[in-house]
Order: sequence, then C-alpha cells, then structure tokens
Amino acid sequence: MVESIYPSKDAHGIWVYLEHTGGRFEGVSLELLGRGRALADTTGENLTALLLSGDGSALAEEALGYGADEVLLAHHPALSVYTTLPSARVVADLIIHRRPNILLLGATVNGRDLAGRLAVRLLTGLTADCTDLLIDKESGLLSGEVTGFGQGILATIQCPDTRPQMATVRPGVFARPVFDPARCGRTEVIAVEIPEDDQHVQVLRQSSRRGVDITQAERLVIGGRGIQGDFALLRRLARALNADLGATRVAVDQGWIGHDRMVGQTGSVTRPKLALVCGASGAMQFTVGIQESETIVAINSDPEAPIFEVADYCIADDVFQVLPQLIEALDREMAGRKG
Amino acid sequence: MREPHSIVCLKVVPKSEEVTINSETRTLDRSKARSEINSPDMNALEAALTLKQRHGGRISLLSMGPPLFDQYLRLGLAMGADAAYLMSDRVFGGADTLATSYALAEGIRAIGEFSIIFCGDESSDGATGQVPPGIAEWLSVPQVTYASRVQVVNSGQVLRARRELGSGFEIIEAPLPCVVSVKQDINEPRFLDFQRYDWAMNEAEVTVWAASDLHLDESRLGLAGSPTIVAGVNVARSSERRREFLEGSPQEKADRLIEKIRPWLRVG
Repeated sequence: MVESIYPSKDAHGIWVYLEHTGGRFEGVSLELLGRGRALADTTGENLTALLLSGDGSALAEEALGYGADEVLLAHHPALSVYTTLPSARVVADLIIHRRPNILLLGATVNGRDLAGRLAVRLLTGLTADCTDLLIDKESGLLSGEVTGFGQGILATIQCPDTRPQMATVRPGVFARPVFDPARCGRTEVIAVEIPEDDQHVQVLRQSSRRGVDITQAERLVIGGRGIQGDFALLRRLARALNADLGATRVAVDQGWIGHDRMVGQTGSVTRPKLALVCGASGAMQFTVGIQESETIVAINSDPEAPIFEVADYCIADDVFQVLPQLIEALDREMAGRKG
Repeated sequence: MREPHSIVCLKVVPKSEEVTINSETRTLDRSKARSEINSPDMNALEAALTLKQRHGGRISLLSMGPPLFDQYLRLGLAMGADAAYLMSDRVFGGADTLATSYALAEGIRAIGEFSIIFCGDESSDGATGQVPPGIAEWLSVPQVTYASRVQVVNSGQVLRARRELGSGFEIIEAPLPCVVSVKQDINEPRFLDFQRYDWAMNEAEVTVWAASDLHLDESRLGLAGSPTIVAGVNVARSSERRREFLEGSPQEKADRLIEKIRPWLRVG
C-alpha cells in the first residue's frame, strides 16, 4: 500500500487550482469553483482557491465571488507564464504544509501537465479527466467518474488512503456558477521562494488565437471526415442556424479547422440544445462530447454508421446533397420569420 | 557534446475500434481486438528518429507488457531504433499512473543515461496523459508536454519545442536531459527499413526484465503501488434517443428535418 504523506484524519479542505490568462479565468476554473462549492457544502469543509500569478494583481475577489471561502495568492516573476516546475513547487509546498483533503484541477493542457507532476511528488492518487465528481455518502471519499474507451464504460475511481485526493475535470462538464459580488472571504498572500533549479525552462513566446469556447454553445454544427475539408459549406449552415461550429478529431487533425473546436474525448464536452453532426461516423471518443445534447441530428451517407445509434433524427444521405437543401430551407424559414 | 541517447516509451494498446462491451458482464471485451502501438507513441518514435538523423546518437525503446509484445519493439528496431527493453512481470499489472510512471522511470534508470525521453501525449485506452509528467518527476528532470514540434538546439544541450495550448501555442526551451510528450499526427511515421528488417525480427536482442531484475520496490508496483481504486464500473448510461430516420429526396429530408428541429431555431 502507498503511504500518505500526511494522515487522512489530518486532511481538511477542498482546494481548486485556478488557471487564468489575460486577467480572465479559464472556463473550467469557474466550473470547478462551482462544483467545489457544492462538494464543500456537502462535506462541511472550506473551499480554497489557489491563485498563482506573476505580480499579485490576479482575480482574488472574483474567485471569492464565484464561491471560494479563501484565496491563497502566490506571486513571483517565475509564475507569470506557466511552466511546470515553479507551479509544482509552490502548490506542492502549500499542500505539504496545509494538508488539504482534495485538490481539483482543470483537465486543460497545463492543468494535466501540472497534475501529473504533482501526483508523483505528493505520492498520491490522481483521477484524471473526470466527467463527474461526487462525495461518496458512506466513506466520504471523493468519487471521480471517468469514461473508458470513449463513452462505453463508466468507472468510479476513488483514492482511499493517500491525501490529497486529486482529480482533473474536463472543461464543460460542470455549470459555471453565478458571480455573487456580495460574497466575501479572506485572501492570504503567500510568500514564495522558487529555487533557481526550477527556473531553467523558458517560454520564448506565446501566440493565442483568441480561443473559441464551444462548450457554451446553444446550437452546434459539427463536421467529421465525411465533410472532406469543405468547412465553408458547414460555415454557411452554421450561419443559417445561428450556430457555433465544431469538429471531430479527424477534421482537426486534417487541419480543416482549429483545435479549439474539437469535440470529444480529447476536445470539449458540449451540451447544446441542438447538435447537427455531419459526416462523422460516431466513434465513442467523439460521441462522449455530444451525449449531453438535448437533440442530436446526424447526417451520414452510411446508414450503418454508429452515429445513428445516438441521434434523434437521422438522415442517411450524401451530406453534399442534403446540406445545400437544408441551408436553403433554413434561409427561407428565417426570412419567413422575420417577414 | 556527448552522443545523444533518446529513449522512446511505447505502449501497446488494443485497437479501440475493436474493443466491444459485454453487456452482460459490463466489462470490456478485448478478446477480439488486435493490438497496436499507441498511435502518438509512433509519432514520438518518428520524432526521435528524425533527431537521430540530424544529430547522430542512438535510440532505445522501452515498453511494459507480456513477453509477446517483443514483436512490437522489433518493429521499432526495424524502423531505426538501436536497442529494445521490455519490462514484463505480473507484478506490474493493475498499475495506475503513479505505479506505471514509477516502473517506467526505473526501467529508464536501468537503461542508463539519456538526453531525451520521448512519449506519446496520451494513450488511446487511458487518454489521461499523466504518465509522461510522472516519469519526469520520478527522474527529477524537466518535462515538455503536448509538443507538436521538437528540435535540439544550443550544441545539443537544449530541447526547443512548440506546445499546443487550448487556444494557441507556445515555444518553449528546456535543458537536457528532459521528458517530452508529443501529440498525435505531428509527423508521418516512416516505413520499416527493409535492410534492418531481418536483423530486427531475428537477430536483435530484446532485453526482457522482470521486477526482480531491476531490484524494484514491489510495494510501489502494480495494484499494491496504486493509490487509486476502481470503486465501480458501469456501462455508460446511453441516453435514449429517438433514432428516427427521415426519408425522401435530399430536399424532402431537409424540409422534414426543419419541421423536427423548429423548436430550436431562433432568429438573431
């Protein structure tokens, strides 16, 4: 058995590691504050937000307004742009001294980068890429729900003996909490020392396409391999539907559209009212990203395609025949409404 | 500059499209699934081979699994790797990411000094991407995850990589030795080199290690070394869908669809 670095009876508090860029939180960080608040209310613990930044001007009040009881604010020039080792140093040292029960991070690129490092440093269990988080009624343990092989298998993972219980959560899984400006709490500025040895990795430059966030889309048009790169057609459809545009992994890997629009296991979990899926076969790794949709429409020339198993309305036909007709019909529909 | 030595971690996974779910036992049925090298791990190997072409040096392959997995390592040797190591022992089984990364890190230590550890960014069956950072922490070296371009600069002392972020990218430099995980499809893995094929398949030695060969701490391996437990397994709730097929000509289908989705259409 792996021994905990501190006893579970001494462990207290739910911590959320917050990511932010350009003075704004990542969506998943807000989602974690919302769910963390609910979990903390269940267990009767405090919700603590971890905020690392270059200059200390970061978002502490916002974190309190979104549900934290307490903000630990660490600032140091080496924390202004995320690299693994300075952040791992600060978070691990805080955990070892303050002994939280649970640590939650977003399953973003950098959230996963940090979580994997921390779990080994702290010799504890990490439930990665959760699609739900609950407190087990009997044991009081954090239960993370994860999917295996796309959506085929759901497993509940727990970390009974070691602390903190760590989990990363995929963006879009939890609802964003409402900001309450009247909420108050305490902010503690943490003195940070980062050894020279942790500062050898350098980010030379960053380029951000202002990322599109499809997790909040109400209507979503999604293209897969069958679109054969013709995303111009899908854009017209999306415009006619007043929808956002998403894509399967194949379409993104082909370079047809940006990575931020990827839906599925390695992309975003979406929950639109209407998802219109065009030319996607329906691999489990993809459908996990749309299964929470209210209504799913699938268009695919192969009547045996698995996508039809998970769709409400199925059109087994050539997308290049159907979509122009659909766009025309939608334009008529919208014009009719306006008139 | 010392001769560069890359170690590529390869995971053999069941082809995910061939894994089915037994609805009675609610377990994964891998019996009909063939295996393959995890796809991004092939891109990691290709990245290492490209560096070897440019800077010389050698490449070792490391994997974990039953002895018959040596055939997958031989494919890597035929592509251009120089040595292969397979960690094969029942005590490695049932490992979560903590125990897996510990075992692999110990395998790497046993292989010897390295300049770069190459991994795929995540595995198709686990897909959590937590093992590469774990290996880096056990070995106390820097990590560069989700790399889409990798080069060695500064007289072979620094790894420069492009990392793909959610909404953009960054260019990052890390001193060697380090661990890098590469994204799927960042390159086109090369074909087997037929001049190496016979050697790789028949003559080359794949070193097979049991836990005891490496004097590993068994309490850190497999199930015993895994702090997480699977508390329950279920077939995912399949939301009941209508699965209603719309018929007719393309135009009729489009018109029928509009009738169905009218509640979700909105002007504005």
